[in-house]
Amino acid sequence: MSRIDRRFAALKAASRTGLIPFVTAGDPSPQHMVGLMHALVDAGADLIELGVPFSDPMADGPVIQHASERAIAKGVGLADVLGWVAAFRQRDADTPIVLMGYLNPVEIHGYARFAQEAAQAGVDGVLLVDCPLEESAVLQPLRDAGLQQILLAAPTTEPSRMAQLCGSAEGFLYYVSFAGITGAAHLSTGDIAVRVADIRARAKAPVAVGFGIRDAASAKAIAGFADAVVIGSALVDKLAGATGADDIAGRVRAFLAPIRSALDAH
Amino acid sequence: MSKIVDYNAYPDAHGRFGNYGGSYVAETLMAPLAELTEAYLRLREDPVFIAELDRDLKHYVGRPSPIYHAERLSKHVGGARILFKREDLNHTGAHKINNTVGQALVARNMGKTRIIAETGAGQHGVASATVAARLGLKCVVYMGAVDIERQKINVYRMKLLGAEVVPVTSGSKTLKDALNEAMRDWVTNVADTFYIIGTVAGPHPYPLMVRDFNAIVGREARAQMLEEYGRLPDVLTACVGGGSNAIGLFHAFLNDAGVRIVGAEAAGLGLATGHHAASLAAGRPGVLHGNRTYVLCDDNGQITETHSVSAGLDYPGVGPEHAFLKDAGRATYVGITDDETLAAFHLLARTEGILAALESSHAVAQAIKLAREYPQDGIVLCNLSGRGDKDVHTIAAREGVEV
Repeated sequence: MSRIDRRFAALKAASRTGLIPFVTAGDPSPQHMVGLMHALVDAGADLIELGVPFSDPMADGPVIQHASERAIAKGVGLADVLGWVAAFRQRDADTPIVLMGYLNPVEIHGYARFAQEAAQAGVDGVLLVDCPLEESAVLQPLRDAGLQQILLAAPTTEPSRMAQLCGSAEGFLYYVSFAGITGAAHLSTGDIAVRVADIRARAKAPVAVGFGIRDAASAKAIAGFADAVVIGSALVDKLAGATGADDIAGRVRAFLAPIRSALDAH
Repeated sequence: MSKIVDYNAYPDAHGRFGNYGGSYVAETLMAPLAELTEAYLRLREDPVFIAELDRDLKHYVGRPSPIYHAERLSKHVGGARILFKREDLNHTGAHKINNTVGQALVARNMGKTRIIAETGAGQHGVASATVAARLGLKCVVYMGAVDIERQKINVYRMKLLGAEVVPVTSGSKTLKDALNEAMRDWVTNVADTFYIIGTVAGPHPYPLMVRDFNAIVGREARAQMLEEYGRLPDVLTACVGGGSNAIGLFHAFLNDAGVRIVGAEAAGLGLATGHHAASLAAGRPGVLHGNRTYVLCDDNGQITETHSVSAGLDYPGVGPEHAFLKDAGRATYVGITDDETLAAFHLLARTEGILAALESSHAVAQAIKLAREYPQDGIVLCNLSGRGDKDVHTIAAREGVEV
C-alpha cells in the first residue's frame, strides 16, 4: 500500500476530509522550502502538492504563474525540488508528496532518471497537468518506480471518458471544480456535489476537489461530498513576499488553521 | 528511420506525426478538442463546406495567388531562377487568411459566437479580426506587450476591424505568452468560444487543420509549376516560425522525392549567440503548447526567451510536422540571421519593387543562397508569405531613420 493510499485509508477510518495544500517549490524562498513543508503539516496538511515551476503554465492563473516566475528567476529546477523532498523526508516519513507541474521539465530531465531520483527522494505521486491519460505511456518508468500518476477529471469530461478515468485512477482522482484556470473565483457547489458523488461512486480511488477553494467557507462547502480539498492559489498568494522561517510558518498557520477547523467541524 | 512511403498518411488518429504532435493538454480541454476534431473531420469531407471555402478563397481572399519569376533578382544573384509564390497579394497581406477563413467557417458550423486568437507579428490577429467581422463574430486577440509595441500598425488594424486586443504581460511578453493566455481564455469559455490557432502547432487537431487550410498554397504552386514551367522546382524554401506558411507550401510536394525542401528559421543575432528562435536547427525534442516537438529550453526544461527581428518567427517551438520532416530527413532547416534578413529585404525591394514582410525576408535570403547552388536553368520556389508594410517602422527604427 502506497503512502497516499495509507493516508486516505486513515482519513476514511477517522471520517475526516483531507486537506491538500499546494505550494510552488522555491516560492517565496528556496532557503526555507523544507521548513515551509513542515509548517504545512504542522498546520494540518494531510498531503502536500509541490508545484514544479514551469515557464509556460498554461492551466494556471496569474498567482501561480507569478510564483513560478519568481522561483525560476532564483534558478529553481527539478533537482532542487527533489532535494527539498529528500530533506523533508528525514523528519517526516508519513506525509505523502505529489509533484504537480508540466511535462517538459520531466521530459528534459529524462523519464527514467526522474523516476529513479524522485522515488529515492520520497516523492509518492506526480500530477502532470498537460499529460492526459492518452499521452501517459511515456510515464511508464515512473509507474515502474512506484510513483502514482494522479489524474484530473473536469466538468467537461464526457461520461465514457469519465468511466475510463475512474477505472485508471490511482492515489486519488483530482476533480477540477470548474472549467477554467487555477485561482479563479466562481464556484457552484451544487453542480460540483452531483458530479463528485457520481465519480466517488465509480472511482477506484478517493476524489479530491480543487480549483477555486480559497478559505474556510468554500472548503467546508466542498467537504460534505469530497474525500479531500486542494487549496493552491489562495495559499500561494498569502505566502508571496514572506521572509524568514517564522514569517512563513506564521502565514501558513494563520491561513490553514481555520480551514482545518472547518473541515474537522464538518 | 524506415523509409516513409506516403507523407499524406500523417498525422494518425491521435494527431501524431511519428514521435511528434499529440494532445498534451489539461483534462478540461480534452472534450472540446474531441468535439473540434469530430466537427473538422466531418466538415473537411463535406461538399457544402468545401464549396463555401473555395468560394471564399476565390472571391474574398483573392486566390489563386500567382507564381512570379523574379528576373532582376535572379540575374543579380547570378544562379538559378528564383520564383515567388505571392501570398503577400492575399487579402490582409499574408498567407494567414487561408487558415482563418477556414477556421471561421468551422466555428460558425459549430455554433460558436466568439473567436479568440493569439498573434505575434499581428498578421494572424488581423486575419482573425477580418473573418470575425465578416461573419459577425465577437473577436478577442491576445498579443504580447513587446509585440504590441513593435507592431503598432497591425494592432490598430485589428481595432479598426472591431477586435479587442488584450496585451499579455507575463513571461517574455511575446507570442508564446499570448498563446498561453489564449489557451487560458479558451479553457474558461469553451462553451461559446472558438480558438483560432494561427500556426501548425498546438494540440491535435490544430496542426492537421491549419496545415490543411494552408496546403492550398502548395497545391496551387505545384499545378502552376507544371502548367507554366512544365516541371517541378528543384528546391522549395519558406520561413519557419511555427511553420504554417512553410507546411502550406511544402505539403503538396512531400511525396515528390526529387524536390528538395529547405526551411529558414530565425537565427537572430546568430545561432552561436543563443539569441535566436531556431527551434529545429538548435533546439531539442520537448513538450510545449499541447504537442511534442522541437523546443528551445534550458536543462531544467524551462522554455527560453527567443530573439528575432521579426515578431512572427519569435517562437520557441515549431509545428510537429516540421519536427517529423526533419527527423525523417525529408526537409532540412537552417538559420538566417537578422542581418541577412535585412539585406534580403532591401535587395528584393530594389530589384523587384516588393516590400516583403521581415518573416518572409528570411525565406528570400535563403532563396538567394539556394539559387547560387543551382545552374541558371534551375528553379528555386520561395513562399513570399506576407507583405512588409507592417514592418516599415521596425526597419526605419533599426536603421536610425525617423518616419
